[in-house]
Amino acid sequence: MKQFLGFLRKEFLHIFRDPRTMIIIFGIPVVQLMLFGKVISTDIQNAKIAILDQSHDNTTREISSKLLSSGYFVLGQELLPGDNVEDVFRQGKVKMIVTFGPEFEHNLERDGKADVQLLADASDPNTARILTNYASGIINDFVKKEKLQNIQLPDQINVEVRMLYNEGLKSVYMFVPGIMAMILMLISAMMTSISISKEKEMGTMEVLLASPLKPIQIVLGKVTPYLLLSFINALTIILLGVFVFGVPIKGSFLLLMGEAFLFILMALSLGILISTVAPNQMVAMFISLLGLMLPTILLSGFIFPIQNMPLPLRIVSNILPPRWFIVIIRNIMLKGTGIQYIWKETMVLIFMAFTFIALSIKNFKIRLE
Amino acid sequence: MKTLFYVLQKEFIQVKRNKVMLRMIIMIPIVQMLVLVFAATYDLKNVNVFLVDQDLSSTSRKLASKIDASPFFTINNTSFNPEDGENEILNNRDDMVLVIPKDFERNLMREDKANLQLLVNAIDGQSAQIGYSYAASVIGGFNKDIIADWKGLPEFKPPYQINTVSRFWYNSELEYKWYMAPGVLALLVTLIGLNLSSTSLVKEKEDGTIEQLNVTPIRKIQFLAGKLIPFIVIALFDLSFGLFLARMVFNLPIVGNLGLVFGFGVLYLVGILGLGLFISTVADTQQQVMFVTFFFMMIFILMSGIFTPVESMPQWAQTIDQINPVYHFMRVLRMVVLKGSHFGDLIHEFVALSILGFTFLTLALKRYRKTA
Repeated sequence: MKQFLGFLRKEFLHIFRDPRTMIIIFGIPVVQLMLFGKVISTDIQNAKIAILDQSHDNTTREISSKLLSSGYFVLGQELLPGDNVEDVFRQGKVKMIVTFGPEFEHNLERDGKADVQLLADASDPNTARILTNYASGIINDFVKKEKLQNIQLPDQINVEVRMLYNEGLKSVYMFVPGIMAMILMLISAMMTSISISKEKEMGTMEVLLASPLKPIQIVLGKVTPYLLLSFINALTIILLGVFVFGVPIKGSFLLLMGEAFLFILMALSLGILISTVAPNQMVAMFISLLGLMLPTILLSGFIFPIQNMPLPLRIVSNILPPRWFIVIIRNIMLKGTGIQYIWKETMVLIFMAFTFIALSIKNFKIRLE
Repeated sequence: MKTLFYVLQKEFIQVKRNKVMLRMIIMIPIVQMLVLVFAATYDLKNVNVFLVDQDLSSTSRKLASKIDASPFFTINNTSFNPEDGENEILNNRDDMVLVIPKDFERNLMREDKANLQLLVNAIDGQSAQIGYSYAASVIGGFNKDIIADWKGLPEFKPPYQINTVSRFWYNSELEYKWYMAPGVLALLVTLIGLNLSSTSLVKEKEDGTIEQLNVTPIRKIQFLAGKLIPFIVIALFDLSFGLFLARMVFNLPIVGNLGLVFGFGVLYLVGILGLGLFISTVADTQQQVMFVTFFFMMIFILMSGIFTPVESMPQWAQTIDQINPVYHFMRVLRMVVLKGSHFGDLIHEFVALSILGFTFLTLALKRYRKTA
């Protein structure tokens, strides 16, 4: 036991004496949360549009000003008839061009009908779709309010919508659980795999293995400091989420931390497994950074919903631990459910942790070739 | 010149002998191109709807079958109690609950209006919004049918009508994969380039072989060029391989000039590799390098506009993005590949990337000392 404590002390010192790594371990969650909370937003605002108004009458001017005062659009360019639309898009300065045909008001008053054309730069299809939806919504609204004031339309079905768990449709609600999963996964798995494979590469593993420490003690000693650091990270992320971005914790805080602890354990065992496979730091890093980072961001439901993916990917996503963890956190924090709704996900994580540990024990070599 | 040749030979041999690395350089782009581009989509495929039909009239049944028939919605379960629906959402089994209240049909006939309730799981705000707008448009279509049916009009016409016609240029089917493919490609090139370059120098430091190189007559600039060129070659290989895959698998239309793509690729890589080398001149261990790279990559990537449009960021963030090389390169790739932009449209990006590349390289060159 005394030997083990001594070894643990050595490991802590390794970490604390490397301030650069420390800064990054603790800086990453904060910076990332700030980025997602303040900068990255899927909500469209101030998209640059161009207006080609061939009619220049009161109605077109009114519609234009309705569009521009909505907060979604700003005027990037005023086009004149004869301007080449393709040039405008190719320079990439505006996202949509609103075109009013000639004699717009006249047509509307006389025939009861006029056309607006929305040309969207669909090289970004998602934005293009949202922008055209917004614009046609605003224009329809204008017609209803200004032109059809007193007319009662027959047989109207009215849809009342309630957005559950996130009434403001804030994207931070999505991101806090995702970032937590990603940071814990990367820090824990990457750090342990690197620190063990480093001992291998430097040849100091030989020294450790020859010492009276048992292999299990070596591994535990390597893992314990990161367990602590990751746990502090989890706490930081949750606190920032709650106090800076107003994400609620509707469920039990204790349960939340328990699940976080379980997830960290799982990630650490994955890290050990990687280090038993990787011959040197470089490979360990490639596996954990390239192999884990993008899949964690993209396949775990962090940003893109899993149910939209093609079937093979939905199956693949099941082997990614963050996918389960994100469901757990969302359930506890946002829906306020207890363990009875998430026991399946919890079991999956426990199972994964055991599998990783078993595989690492099988792969762990007491002797170096 | 001859020295440079030998340095290059050494570097290429080193890359070639590292079999694991070599496999990863090829495998990672394939896997990530295929997996990530398919995964990263906002296209709504299937929304599970829980139906609470308390009306049980012919109209409510027609509405239900209309929703079930639309390609986006599947009605999974039904019940009379809205609470069952909420419970399903809690369990993650359904995404949306549609409540058709009692007397729906009667209200619609007698009072000319009736209400429906829609409960949406909004934890993912973006999907909730898209799902809701689809549902609203299906219901709106149903409403029109009903009016036509009941009033016997072919189609009800309000006295004033402004038709909005939307046209989607460059991607009329709104294929999200076409947007993601160049983005993921830019990411991969960046990841590979930055990782390779930032670790290679520090590895020489850790192994102590940098001392041996320092005492040779190799000049600083030759040494750095020797580190740069092989990785540029590898990254460009990955770029062309990725483009080829995207063309074959996703049918990505490559509208613009490929020469322009690769020209910008080289310019960009010089900068990214310069940054990598700079990081590795500052750091002492591979572990440090890794974390610094990870830190920068994360910020660069998230701010590059790969998932979310840069225009929706706050102004200060957009200003900061001017020094984000990934942002410029991703823009160039998407503009050239998807829209066929000319060099004239990309002057701004060219200047920005040149300045960034020059700065990073100079920093690396200044920071690298031949003395220990």
